[in-house]
Amino acid sequence: MTVSALIILIYVLVLASYLGFELISKVPPTLHTPLMSGSNAISGITIVGALIACNEMGYTTLSKWLGMFALVLATVNVVGGYAVTDRMLKMFKKK
Amino acid sequence: MSTVIQIAYLVASVLFIIGIKYLGKTKDARRGNILSAVGMLIAIVATMLTIEVVTFLEIFICILIGSVIGLYYATKVPMTKIPEMVALFNGFGGLASFAVGLSDYFLKSSTSLESLDAVNLTSIILSVLIGGVTFTGSMIAYLKLDGKVSGQPITFSGQHLLNLVLLIAFIAASVFVFLDPTNLTLILILVVISLLLGILTVIPIGGADMPVVISLLNSYSGMAACATGFILNNNVLIVAGSLVGASGIILTQIMCKAMNRSLTNVLLGGFGQTVATG
Repeated sequence: MTVSALIILIYVLVLASYLGFELISKVPPTLHTPLMSGSNAISGITIVGALIACNEMGYTTLSKWLGMFALVLATVNVVGGYAVTDRMLKMFKKK
Repeated sequence: MSTVIQIAYLVASVLFIIGIKYLGKTKDARRGNILSAVGMLIAIVATMLTIEVVTFLEIFICILIGSVIGLYYATKVPMTKIPEMVALFNGFGGLASFAVGLSDYFLKSSTSLESLDAVNLTSIILSVLIGGVTFTGSMIAYLKLDGKVSGQPITFSGQHLLNLVLLIAFIAASVFVFLDPTNLTLILILVVISLLLGILTVIPIGGADMPVVISLLNSYSGMAACATGFILNNNVLIVAGSLVGASGIILTQIMCKAMNRSLTNVLLGGFGQTVATG
């Protein structure tokens, strides 16, 4: 990776982290668990990495299998995470 | 990478940001979750565009298996068991980042050793470390909440010293990986230590502190995804990962404050409790 490419990635990291710090404030306690669960589903974004690993990285058997393994796990994280968060939030509305 | 995909990643990143913002507000929370799910779908579809058609079947099967498992547990689990579910899903996310990191390492060490530069190696090592700790840590949290392992803090003398020694050993092994990137034994050592560290840092924590730990592990899984983003040179992974990493830390702090505990207090587990009572 070239230095300038790395610097841009670090910019993205720093600004997004700052945004993450600022986004969360005064969250009502009842929303703590749904927020945790919802952001857990977002961290399933590693599914994008898993997809790439299944494809271009798949020249060797081991890395291909690891990629597919990661894809199954990340899908569980994403699908399960969003579904369970939605289920929780649906309950709040009824109250 | 084509412009269309980059723009799709940008849209997805914005949806994640708005999603997290809304998730913190009672009346918008459900909408926020749906928005971030749409963002995820956009990111997945955009990535699929870069994939060769030959691998579509394998990918389809993997996604199908994952979706069935995820949906089954998300809909079947009783509401009281939700924190366990979150811990379990979070552990899977961590293990996925861990596996992507290793996958990239094995590919580059066997095909293009020169692309395994310092930035790449650092990102791979971090993704294995954070992903591994997230995985075993979340599994212990899951087992504790589920009552399969005692929910009480498990402590023994020299626990913190052992963690420190393991961390130093990890750093030392990482330095040797830089000197000899193809040495598989070293990679194996890194894998084992990171998995051990996850177990050891969560077993001393118990009882009412568990939700705080899950929130912290959730933050870690974001950081692991972020490290994966540096391996793959991928912006959407870095944005989503660092958003979750940072907001997770803040949420953890808010939860600690609500319990009138400090984060160090929670992390030191059993030790912290004796201080609190004495």
